[in-house]
Parts: sequence; structure tokens; C-alpha cells
Amino acid sequence: MQTPRQYEVVFIVDPGADDDEVNRLTENHKQIVTDQGGVITKAESWGKRQLAYEILHKTEGTFVLMEIEGSGSEIAELERRMRVNDRIIRYLTVRVDEDRRRAEKFKARRTRKAAKRPSSRGGAPRGASVPEFAAADENDER
Amino acid sequence: MSSNYEDRNRGYNGDEDMDRGRPMQSRGGRRMHRRRICRFCIEKADLIDFKDVRLLQNYLPERGKIIPRRITGNCATHQRMLAEAIKRARNIALLPYSTD
Repeated sequence: MQTPRQYEVVFIVDPGADDDEVNRLTENHKQIVTDQGGVITKAESWGKRQLAYEILHKTEGTFVLMEIEGSGSEIAELERRMRVNDRIIRYLTVRVDEDRRRAEKFKARRTRKAAKRPSSRGGAPRGASVPEFAAADENDER
Repeated sequence: MSSNYEDRNRGYNGDEDMDRGRPMQSRGGRRMHRRRICRFCIEKADLIDFKDVRLLQNYLPERGKIIPRRITGNCATHQRMLAEAIKRARNIALLPYSTD
């Protein structure tokens, strides 16, 4: 099997819902994902937040973030359920594993480079760059 | 000289650091250019998170439009990541599409 994909799902619950309802909804969603063979790596509520613009005449909502690992089928099911549920006023799913892997690669490359030329990573370039900027600023002023 | 130093400091910490890349008008009316630096390259950011509203807001003026690269001085890679993050944040109402 391929390596599992990682997703971040954020959904906004109707501001009329109390903490109990939000928790119930979150548990429900977790159940859906695990039933489909996915793994929940993180689930957190950001509490009630102001919306940047009105959605369905509402100006605030409860944000919940979940991180999910799986094949992708559980996301399809989860999104279908969220679409139907009218207590959820907006949701967003982002696939993050590719971006994270890319970031890891960059980081690895940087450390490798730093290891190769330890002298160039010392204080010398930093010290050299400061007067350079100062000189540039001075020229600008005239 | 001391004013120069303060100027630079303000650029790093202040809210108006967007001015750094903007061509300044001198007394003669000639356009002057500040050195443009990609802040994300300096911080070695490999990822720009759409949930980091505080950061993204720096690149949305009051009007709500994304500040172009020619003004912020971001490199192409980071501007692309930034734009992507802002658009995601807009989608879930963390940031506005437009104001007024």
C-alpha cells in the first residue's frame, strides 16, 4: 500500500451550538473517519471566533481542526456528511503530506549544505552583510 | 547615521514593514529603491500555514487585497506559498475576501 496521506480538516459549527453539541459532532466525525480506516492524529477546538465575512447571516462560529491520516476515502465520506449537516456552515480540507515532505527536503538540503561548508555558515557573512546594508541605506538617502 | 539605524530597526519589528520595498520619493522627485528582501527566506520558512492569521494579515492591507511581490520584496516561491495560504484562509472565513 502507498504511504498514508495526511489531511487537515477545519470546519465551522453554527454559533448557536453549545460546547456539548460541538463535542458530540467532533466525536461523530472521528467515528466516521476511523470506521473508514483513517487515523485521527489531532483534534482541537479553537472555540468561538469572529468570521471574516458573513456566512448564512452569521458573524461568528466555532472552529474545529482535525488532522487525519488515511487513504482519502474517509475524507470523501467526511465531506459528504459535513455537506449534508446544516449545523456545519463551512469546511475546508487541505492535503498536507506533500508540502510537509517538501519542507523536510529543503531542511535536509540546508543542513547538508551547512555541514559541507562550515566556515561559510559562521559569523563572517552575517557581519559582512550588515555594513553592506548600511552602505545601501546611505546611498538611498542622498 | 543614527537615524539610518532606527529606520532599519523599525522595518524589522514595526507594522509598517511593508514600506521597506516601496520606492521612496526623494526631494528631487526621483524614485529611490530600497533593497528588497524576502522575509521568509531570511526566516528559512519552508511552509506557510493558512492557520497563521497573524502572519498572513501583514500581507493584506485594509482593502483586503494581497500585496504584490513588487512591493513586499518576497521571492517568487514564498509569494506563491503566501498567496495559497491566504486563499485557503479566506475560504474558511479566517480572512476577508474584501472589505467595503
